[in-house]
Amino acid sequence: MLTISEALRAKILAHARADHPDEACGVIAGPAGTDRPERFIPMTNAERSPTFYRFDSMEQLSVWREMDDRDEEPVVIYHSHTATEAYPSRTDIAYASEPGAHYVLVSTRQLDTAEFRSFRIVDGTVTEEEVRITDDLPGEASRTPGGPGLE
Amino acid sequence: MAIEVRIPTILRTYTGGAKSVEGSGATLAELLSDLESRHGGLQDRLVDDSGLRRFVNVYLNDEDVRFLGGLSAAVRDGDTITVLPAVAGGMR
Repeated sequence: MLTISEALRAKILAHARADHPDEACGVIAGPAGTDRPERFIPMTNAERSPTFYRFDSMEQLSVWREMDDRDEEPVVIYHSHTATEAYPSRTDIAYASEPGAHYVLVSTRQLDTAEFRSFRIVDGTVTEEEVRITDDLPGEASRTPGGPGLE
Repeated sequence: MAIEVRIPTILRTYTGGAKSVEGSGATLAELLSDLESRHGGLQDRLVDDSGLRRFVNVYLNDEDVRFLGGLSAAVRDGDTITVLPAVAGGMR
């Protein structure tokens, strides 16, 4: 299951719509071992294509090093399909190289609806998973009732 | 002579789980051959008949080796090689 805030989900959708008709792509980093997506990192699609995406290699090095320095990992790797459904294609599966990541796919094939789905891709096998949307801001712990700030 | 080679998660099955291994060689090609002698199968994940595999990024210190001559890039003691599988995909 992918647990993600509405704020981050909205950012992914906005990025996908902004880059349409090219595929949009990016990462959401989170503290290593927590499975919590927190830090939104939109990436340049070096292919600039409506049918293919690839992280720019130097951007990828910079982002991966930064995550390492911050003790983070890529919790979500997202990209958009601009004319097909939000489901991993043969190439998506072939190139999936982060077995611990949630692969989020969105489709921008229709203006008025947002398809947002999440998958695990491990050893060439795709498993769709539930997406649980929270109201929490990324990085904020849930407030306990009766705590400071609540009247 | 020691050149550090940082290994991405999916290739750590070839290094017994190690995130980083050491090797030697005057060029990237020699270094990868040297690594292959201790980590069998690793080289084939990085190299094919036409050179470095297209969807694997290999960096020498802060540069992509594609701009340094690929497999013939010169390497030396103290260099760090970083391997990152490309993040890519598409609609088909």
